[in-house]
Amino acid sequence: MHGLINRAIQCFIRDSYGRERWIEVTHLADLGFTDFEVMLHYDDAVTEAVLKAAARTLGVSRETVLEDLGTYLVSHPNVEALRRLLRFGGVSFVEFLHSLDELPDRARLAVDDLILPQMELHEFGVNNFSLTCHSPHKGFGHVMMGVLRTLADDYGALVFLEHLGGKPGIEVIEITLIETAFSAGRSFELGARAG
Amino acid sequence: MDVFDDICGVMDVICPMHVMLNSNGDIIHAGPTLAKLWQGEGYQNTRFLEMFEVLRPKAVTDMPSLLATTGHKLHVRKRTDPKTTLKGVLMPSSVSGGAVVNLSFGISIMDGVRDYALTSTDFAATDLTIEMLYLIEAKSAAMEASRKLNLRLQGAMIAAEEQAFTDTLTGLKNRRAVDFILPRLIEKGTGFALMQMDLDYFKAVNDTHGHAAGDHVLQHVARIMVEETRDEDCVARVGGDEFVLIFDGFTNRGALADLARRLIQRIEVPVPFEAIVCNISSSIGIALSRNFPLLDDAGLMAAADAALYASKRGGRAQFQFASDLENIAASITSSTETLSELSEDISSRHGRSGPLS
Repeated sequence: MHGLINRAIQCFIRDSYGRERWIEVTHLADLGFTDFEVMLHYDDAVTEAVLKAAARTLGVSRETVLEDLGTYLVSHPNVEALRRLLRFGGVSFVEFLHSLDELPDRARLAVDDLILPQMELHEFGVNNFSLTCHSPHKGFGHVMMGVLRTLADDYGALVFLEHLGGKPGIEVIEITLIETAFSAGRSFELGARAG
Repeated sequence: MDVFDDICGVMDVICPMHVMLNSNGDIIHAGPTLAKLWQGEGYQNTRFLEMFEVLRPKAVTDMPSLLATTGHKLHVRKRTDPKTTLKGVLMPSSVSGGAVVNLSFGISIMDGVRDYALTSTDFAATDLTIEMLYLIEAKSAAMEASRKLNLRLQGAMIAAEEQAFTDTLTGLKNRRAVDFILPRLIEKGTGFALMQMDLDYFKAVNDTHGHAAGDHVLQHVARIMVEETRDEDCVARVGGDEFVLIFDGFTNRGALADLARRLIQRIEVPVPFEAIVCNISSSIGIALSRNFPLLDDAGLMAAADAALYASKRGGRAQFQFASDLENIAASITSSTETLSELSEDISSRHGRSGPLS
């Protein structure tokens, strides 16, 4: 798994629960080190061990850890750059949803060895969508649940999300758009710089 | 007029940064994004060349010369603040009676989006500007991550080098450190003292009581040396029970003799280790750099070494200064035996630089 993803998990736990809690996770996962390097690659088993350890330390399910990670990624000031990069996807939440198809390509433009799961948006009527995530890593759909929920807020849209499960390698999220301009949302200026 | 409105409507969407000029060169219509450059003031009836200065091609000052640029790349600059530079191209058009100029921010895009608070909707759907802005941000973020990694690697390298200059048993510096420091001090030429020290009877401690006792004694001695010297002095263990001390700028013979005496006294105090007591002492040889201006680091070490052997031969638990006689330099490469004899010879001629009184 790419170091960026491992590092994201580390920063999520550190920024949300404190450095001590993260150190605890590294011990429990038997990492043998305390910091992931964003530009290196790690064995998938390492990531799985960290997720398992995090769920145990925080006393929540693996799915909850992943969804909270998704929320963190697009809302915490420390990772503002990522929110901005995603907001480049579209001027409205619906446009953003449609941009998810090209998210892996966009990610590769930025970091050429970062492979993100392929996603496919299906539209049923005006306000009903389903997002199919193709990923060998179980639980990616839960990360997307957190990302979508938070970005909907960001765009000021009101949505209802449901993780429909799936089969090995595939997870499906049902998205119901209740209102596109529910609130003002957060501003997004093209020329601003992530702090 | 219908056709004009129709064309303007089309152009506003597919080229939102265009202007329509009449035959005089007046702006009669501007695309919605370009209109933001007037920052709230109307553009109607402004002349294109009053609004923009043409930087390239040169000498475009009136409508005929502007029309002559047809099809070629234009570089223009807004005459009022912020003096935004744009690039564009002009084509004559009967629709407006003059010409259509399509403009773009080009490389000044980052300033453009800030100065005019542009959003994604200000750019045509086919325009790659948004992708370019995305790339600029993504690459900056990636570069930042890369920069941080480099900083961490640099830190790790410094730590590793620091470690490589350190004797892990005693925490003192090691031979590598001495080899690094000594030539630089000689080069600097400000004067320093070099002290070589050997422990006496250390082998007996090691053989009789084992390595654990030996290590304990070495750590104990290291502590004494650190306590007796200044922070800026170099205290190194360069072999099993051999030490080198370098005192930059500390060359007073009397003070050095006092220090050597103190070191020997403290090291002679028996060291308890578990149920036993270890008895050792030390012999010291001191060389002052100013007395050997012609020697390199190896030569200076040899001079201090010669003095150390003189101390050993003189009955141990004492210190000697390396002679400042010129001929010692030539003798330094000779055998230890010769050096000892020489030192002995020197000692007898100059009187002993005293062991413990």
